[in-house]
Amino acid sequence: MNIIVCIKQVPDTAEVRINPETNTLIREGVPSIINPYDLHAIEAALQIKEKTGAKVTVITMGPPQAEDALREAISMGVDDVRLISDRAFAGADTWATSYALYKAIEKLGYDIILCGKQAIDGDTAQVGPEVAEFLNIPHIAYIRKIEDVSDKSIKVQRLMDEGYDVVESSLPVLLTVVKEINTPRLPSLKGKMAAKKAVITKMDLNAIGAEAENVGLKGSPTQVKNIFAPQSKADRKMFRGSVEEQVDMLVRELRGLKCV
Amino acid sequence: MRIVVNIERCTGCGQCIDSCPFTAIVMQEGKAFINEYCQFCRACMSICPEGAIIEIMEEGDIQKADISDYKGVWVFAEQRDGMVASVAYELLGAGRRLADELKAELSAVLVGSTEDQAKELIKWGADKVYHCKDSIFEKFNDEPYSQLLTNLVKTHKPEIVLAGATPIGRSFIPRVAARLRTGLTADCTALEIDRDSGNLLQIRPAFGGNIMATILCPNHRPQMATVRPRVMKRGEYNADRNGEIIPVSADNITIRTKVLETIKEVSECMVNLQEADVIVAGGRGLGKPDGFKMLEELAEVLDGAVGASRAAVDEGWIPYSHQVGQTGKTVCPKIYIACGISGAVQHLVGMQSSDIIIAINKNPEAPIFNVATYGIVGDVYEVVPLLIKKIKEIKEL
Ligand SMILES: Cc1cc2nc3c(=O)[nH]c(=O)nc-3n(C[C@H](O)[C@H](O)[C@H](O)COP(=O)(O)OP(=O)(O)OC[C@H]3O[C@@H](n4cnc5c(N)ncnc54)[C@H](O)[C@@H]3O)c2cc1C
Ligand SMILES: Nc1ncnc2c1ncn2[C@@H]1O[C@H](COP(=O)(O)O)[C@@H](O)[C@H]1O
Repeated sequence: MNIIVCIKQVPDTAEVRINPETNTLIREGVPSIINPYDLHAIEAALQIKEKTGAKVTVITMGPPQAEDALREAISMGVDDVRLISDRAFAGADTWATSYALYKAIEKLGYDIILCGKQAIDGDTAQVGPEVAEFLNIPHIAYIRKIEDVSDKSIKVQRLMDEGYDVVESSLPVLLTVVKEINTPRLPSLKGKMAAKKAVITKMDLNAIGAEAENVGLKGSPTQVKNIFAPQSKADRKMFRGSVEEQVDMLVRELRGLKCV
Repeated sequence: MRIVVNIERCTGCGQCIDSCPFTAIVMQEGKAFINEYCQFCRACMSICPEGAIIEIMEEGDIQKADISDYKGVWVFAEQRDGMVASVAYELLGAGRRLADELKAELSAVLVGSTEDQAKELIKWGADKVYHCKDSIFEKFNDEPYSQLLTNLVKTHKPEIVLAGATPIGRSFIPRVAARLRTGLTADCTALEIDRDSGNLLQIRPAFGGNIMATILCPNHRPQMATVRPRVMKRGEYNADRNGEIIPVSADNITIRTKVLETIKEVSECMVNLQEADVIVAGGRGLGKPDGFKMLEELAEVLDGAVGASRAAVDEGWIPYSHQVGQTGKTVCPKIYIACGISGAVQHLVGMQSSDIIIAINKNPEAPIFNVATYGIVGDVYEVVPLLIKKIKEIKEL
């Protein structure tokens, strides 16, 4: 069985702020990390591997420095990695990203594809389902538990607003995972050594067999028109006085708003 | 198109590097260089004091699909257990406004559910409802949902398609967009029509809510967006409104996934945070699991739900399903009462679009006060019981 895990290198968003005066991003020293949800996807793949002997390949589409994310994946114990990188992929939106990943995945062969629920930079949660549509295979999103997996089918729990669904699918299938599914393992010492030595195989536009008009900015239906800082609430009110007085003031405001 | 640095002009001052939200600019031999991370947001172009960053067009940049045939605004009306979800009515409110501005029709797509529910959609503003009653739609399943909607869009060519940014909408709508070779903007919080071009301006938070972005889909149709629940206002309900219900059949649908069971895990204090008008949330400042009993009582008098910070969930005081924030739920109630929550950015991104935020914290420097509409500096164990008492008094009057 072949498992492909799609990971993305993202800036650690907790530390990205906007400078309200210049409306630009302050990102001094913002570290790059593997998208946190994708660590859970890697862990899920490794757990299936331990049960079935599957081969786990981790792929990422990104600039050359995304190699660091792949080395981290190797240190966790995955079998193989691919860096999908080409100047032509620049500026891709979710459509063009999914298209490139689909082309690469087709070349690699697959039974199960694992993605994170969403990437924390864009928060779109679209790439997984879009890849599945391109491959013309089913997908199940928001997986919180894999109940059963065989050569032909898989049974999982899918998180929903009011609980969860138990869903069964034939293979091949694409799954996106939420963090409840597992606790990602830490790299082992042996893994770290392997990561250091590993030669990372790159796939460019030709290697994945994609057409230039479908990838990168050219292939992207959406465009970022502009970015701006979220508005802060101007009508802020701090209550003063004793606790009783403050509570009275709050209750009065709430009544004024007809909330009570 | 590419954004490049004119190295003759570049002085290597590095201001563009700090301005780039995507870490796409690096210093190479004393000059700025723009790499593959570039998303063409142009932030660097406006910051460069030398005007050294320029946009160059390349052959094949403009690739116009034929978009003039596409007319009308569509709303996917999601249902759960046969009942139309409230986000659908919000989308009809937003969709009506957009359709009126474009002088176009507003249609809803309803799969599963009943004729009565389809009629409700008309009363809430739809001109037409495409309704498929087939039983394969009873439970949410990505394959039949995406195939039916894709076919309908291909046949009727709407200009705009909106769906809720719920687990359902965010799971299957991407498949539809992929198949239709068009753009999809996730989790929008505002939608406008650009007066000059007639394009849909899709506004959404990115980077965990630290920045907002306006997204366009200028050359492909339909323009598709999922919209965050509880941010759009419902339209007007008119029981006398007329409209047309168009029955649709489900042909040629392949299904490889099966929903075996649906398990509800809604606890007494109503875990369905995303639907609640009032959320009372607790953090590590509660100090002990009992604190949540007190918050449940406050939630009860306010008819609300109970939320929590990750710290409180990690302590084991309350289950994960209550967690609000980056790794929990995104909520947008009318009132969010944060009790003993410091206001870490990962928590804020999940709740800062609430209409009114009330913070109760004993540390006046806590960052939660920066986003709060009303702030009380005090001990939760003094403030909350008093608040419960006073609200109860008013209710009894
Ligand atoms: C990748 C990642 C994802 C994360 N995702 C989330 C997420 O989804 N949601 C989330 O919430 N967090 C998330 N976090 C964690 C987040 O960074 C904070 O650690 C967490 O939100 C802190 O919770 P808290 O405010 O309850 O606790 P603390 O930060 O410990 O704050 C407790 C507050 O209570 C006040 N206090 C103490 N005693 C009292 C009292 N008696 N009365 C009144 N006030 C009192 C204190 O002044 C303090 O401000 C994430 C972190 C990471 C790294
Ligand atoms: N550039 C990329 N390379 C590989 N996988 C990606 C990439 N972008 C997104 N993904 C995968 O798709 C998931 C959802 O991402 P997104 O749609 O960007 O929120 C991520 O958790 C990854 O598993």
